[in-house]
Order: sequence, then structure tokens, then C-alpha cells
Amino acid sequence: MNLFSRHKNTVVLATVLLAQFLALAVQVKRQTADGPVRLIRMIAVNTLAPFERLFIYSGESIRGVWANYIDLRHVRSENLRMKAESERMLLDRAREQEDARQARRIQALLGFKEQWIDTTVAAQVIGTSGSETSRVLYLDKGTKDGIRADMPVITPDGVVGKVLTVYGETSQVLLINDPTSGLGATLVNSRLQGIVKGTATGELQLNYIMGDEPVQPGEALVTSGGDRIFPKGLPIGKVITVSMGRNLFLNIGLKPAADLNRLEEVLVITQQKQRAPDVTGLGPIRAADILAQHLPGVPQTAVQTTPGSVPQQPSAPSGQSLPASVQGSPQNPSATKPHVTAPAGGNEVKPQTAKPAANPGTTTVQKPPAPKPVSPKQTAPNAGGTKPKPAAANGTNPQ
Amino acid sequence: MRALDLSYTSREQVEVYRFSWPVSLGLPLLMVGVQAFVPVRVHFLGIFDFGLLLTIFFAVSRRSQISGILTGAAIGMLQDGLTHTPFGVFGIAKTLVGYGASSIGIRIDVENPGSRFLLTFFFYAVHKAVFVAIERELMGQSVHINLGHEAGVAVANSLMAVFLFAALNRFKIKD
Repeated sequence: MNLFSRHKNTVVLATVLLAQFLALAVQVKRQTADGPVRLIRMIAVNTLAPFERLFIYSGESIRGVWANYIDLRHVRSENLRMKAESERMLLDRAREQEDARQARRIQALLGFKEQWIDTTVAAQVIGTSGSETSRVLYLDKGTKDGIRADMPVITPDGVVGKVLTVYGETSQVLLINDPTSGLGATLVNSRLQGIVKGTATGELQLNYIMGDEPVQPGEALVTSGGDRIFPKGLPIGKVITVSMGRNLFLNIGLKPAADLNRLEEVLVITQQKQRAPDVTGLGPIRAADILAQHLPGVPQTAVQTTPGSVPQQPSAPSGQSLPASVQGSPQNPSATKPHVTAPAGGNEVKPQTAKPAANPGTTTVQKPPAPKPVSPKQTAPNAGGTKPKPAAANGTNPQ
Repeated sequence: MRALDLSYTSREQVEVYRFSWPVSLGLPLLMVGVQAFVPVRVHFLGIFDFGLLLTIFFAVSRRSQISGILTGAAIGMLQDGLTHTPFGVFGIAKTLVGYGASSIGIRIDVENPGSRFLLTFFFYAVHKAVFVAIERELMGQSVHINLGHEAGVAVANSLMAVFLFAALNRFKIKD
């Protein structure tokens, strides 16, 4: 008791520090080669490990003296066997690398999706962490407004950060210039990809660009979408300094597109939609269309309609096929209203079809109708006020 | 009072003060709140660590090491709550500052503006050093220190301390 009262202050200091140290050790996770490990576990392991190691090594060394002597007799044969195995594995590895490259290419072709910003929520910046070492913001919107963790935060100028923690009516945003943040980025001109991280002094850096890559100051930087948080193509900033760093990588300093020190209103992207790339105009092309492009064209001015014959199809401009996009696609209104080139002389050609279409609005034709003689009486009715569709626009060519 | 023999302070200067509960609780909340929310509009206020200044002020005024430890720990943990770093980073740093400031407060004249300036400058450096040590050694993060910038911030905080401590003197209650 006497001892405690004499060193009361020191004991209280040690107790408070120890309590906070333990609290910190429970929360902090250190990165190791096998993933994050809690600091308290690391401390416990590192404290006990030397004793365990000493115990194990002393036993091992005693056993090893005899065991190694026995093992040495087999070393030569073992060595030869392992060399052969190593060569075989090198070949396997080369083959697997090629397979992996092929898989990546196929994956890129099949799984390619583009992300699009669908809905955003405007929010007011109401606070900061109050510390230069923790670059976070507080927004006046939270769970009640549909904000969730990991949602991207942007301004019209560029990327700001991501939502870290969400409360009822506020949320905490980690700025991109915080040392613990990171986002995938692409240099606009060179298409090089790296990771943008903050520094302790609040600056932005682009990491993991090899030293022999041509990166010029002034080059713009956009999000790559690789972090699966930020949609692809949002402006991040531009390169201001380039110098050779350690470990063969360049030190690339960036100027953020958004003014991160003067943020008052931001947008939180609450919903992104994945959309397949626009393939309009890239639909299935029939062999006949490709062939038609390579054959000599028929003069458009010499269109004659004679009873019992099908009118000459207006030829598509060179280099254009008439695939799915022309087959009544809703995205292509012109396809539902066929355009017929007027012949010289200004007489509009009344195209004749072999058979009236069952539904003039739906014009996709899978099988071309068999050509048969057409009489002038078999002209398609003008249903719905649209002009009758010529056979060519339906993707069929009786000729 | 045993420390009085070793003190460089006059009899008046070693007087111990206390603070009312509303001041003890409300002032840290107010100052940490100001530090967090005002810099959104008044940007230059971001360089001031009002939590640190209050820790020093309470510690040197109360002249009790236990009180300094607890005040520093409480203010530090409050600041930790506003950051995204684990609890304890600011807590440990300010606990040590509270202990150190209360220990020094017994021995030197802390009512003089000059000594307040130097005291704050010194403890800003201690606070930063502890903070960086925690970040590097415990959290495994690479922390870059810009000495020129830090010196400037330390001077700014020390100047602010001179005026702030003078303003806060009115809340002192003689024990």
C-alpha cells in the first residue's frame, strides 16, 4: 500500500497508457504476407515465439545430427530426381501462363461491362476530423438518405473519396489524399494503370508505374474502375511531377481535379448500373450482306418496276451493312420507317413486297421468305400509316 | 508541496486551481468541436490542435499529475473518435502530454506568456513525436514529417496558446 501511494502517479500513468495500448492493439491490424493480423496477436506471438523456438530448436538440433547423416546418403539421387521434376514443372508453368493469358483475354471479351452512374445524393460537408493526419470529412447525409459504406463521393470536378462509416444522419468520408486510401487510376494518354494514394502531408501520388514508362507532366488521370468502388472514367487529377523513385517505380505527384481543401458540397453516388457495351450496329451480319458489299453495285437511277418483277433494292451505302440495327430495332427509329431512295426524276418508288407483313411494326425477320412472283395487286397495305417496308429493309433480298 | 523546494516559481505561482464541472466537460467538447467543424469554412483554423492546448492548460493549472493524465486521455480519445484511426492514437499522445505538463507545471512559472509559449512549443513537439512513433511502430504506417511545416504549426499553436490561456484564466477557481 505504501509502495502504491508513493508511486501513485506513475502507477496511474502506466495503467492508463497500458489500457490505451491494449485498446489500440486490439483494434489495429498489421499487414503480413498472409493477410492482416491483429496487433495484439502479433505481440503475443512475438513475445512467446522466441521461447518456443528455443525449445523446438534444441530438440531439433539433437535429432538432426543423426537424421541428417542418414539423409545425406540419398541426397545425390534425390537431387537428380528433383532436377528432372523442376524441368517438367517449368514446362507446365509456361503452358499454364499461356492458358491464363488466354483466359484473361476471353474473360475480358465475355465479361466486359461498363459502369454508369445512376443516382446520386447531394450532401453538405459539415465537418472534418480536425487532424491533419486523418483526412476525413463528415457529410450531413446518412443511412436515412440511402448512403452506404464504400459509396463513391465526387464533385463535378472529380473524385473526392469514398464513404467510410455511415451513421443515421451523417456519414464519414475518407478523402483520396489520406495515406490509407487508394483507388485504381488510368493515365488518359498512355493508358498506364496505377494506384493513387495520399501522403502524410495530404498530397496525391500515383504508384506502381515502372520507371521506363513515358509519363509526362500535365497528363490527365481518370478512374480505372478496377477498385470496384469508383465508376470508370471519372477525373482524378493531372500529373504535376515525375521523378525516379525507389524500387524501379516512378514517383508521380498529382494535382487533384477536385479542390479537396475547400469542399462544401459533394455528390454521393448511391447507385451504379452495369451496362453491356453498346453493340448497336454490330449485330449479326449475314453472308449475303458482306457479299453484296464486295459485288459491283447496281446503278440506283435505273430503277424500273415492271409487272411481275420485284423492284430493285436501294443499295446500302458502301461500308454499311443492314444488320440487326436495321431490323426494326427500337433504338433505331429509322429502321421501322424504311427510307427509300428516290430515283432521278423525283418519282417515288412504291416498293412491292412479296407478302404483306403480319405486323408492320415488328420487322425482324429470321428466315427470308421464298421469292415468288409478285403481281401489282399484292402491294402491302399501308397499315398504321407507315409506308410499306421494302424487302431489302427486312433484311431479305429476293435477288 | 514537496516539489516546492525544487521549484523556480514564486509562492503565488504554485497555487493550485480547479474548474467547475461544466467547464471541465463543456470546454473540451466545445474546443474539439470547433477544431473539427469550423475549418470546413475557416480553413486556416485546421492547423490548430485545440485538444492539445486544452490538455496543457488544464494540466498546468491543476498541477496534479493524475488529473493531467486523465484529462489528456479523455481529450485524446474524444479526438480519436472523430478520425478514422483506431482509438488510442491521440489518447496515448495526450496522456503523456498531460502527465508531462502537470509535472512541469509544478516546477516552473506557467503564468508567464513566454513560458506558456515555450511550454506549448515543447509539448507540441512531444505530442508529434509520440504520435509518429505510434503510427510507425504500432500501426506500421510510413509517416513523412515535414520539419519546416511542423515547426510553423508548432509556433502557430504556441502563439494561440498564449492568447487562449489568457482567455481561459477566467474559468479558474482558486483551490
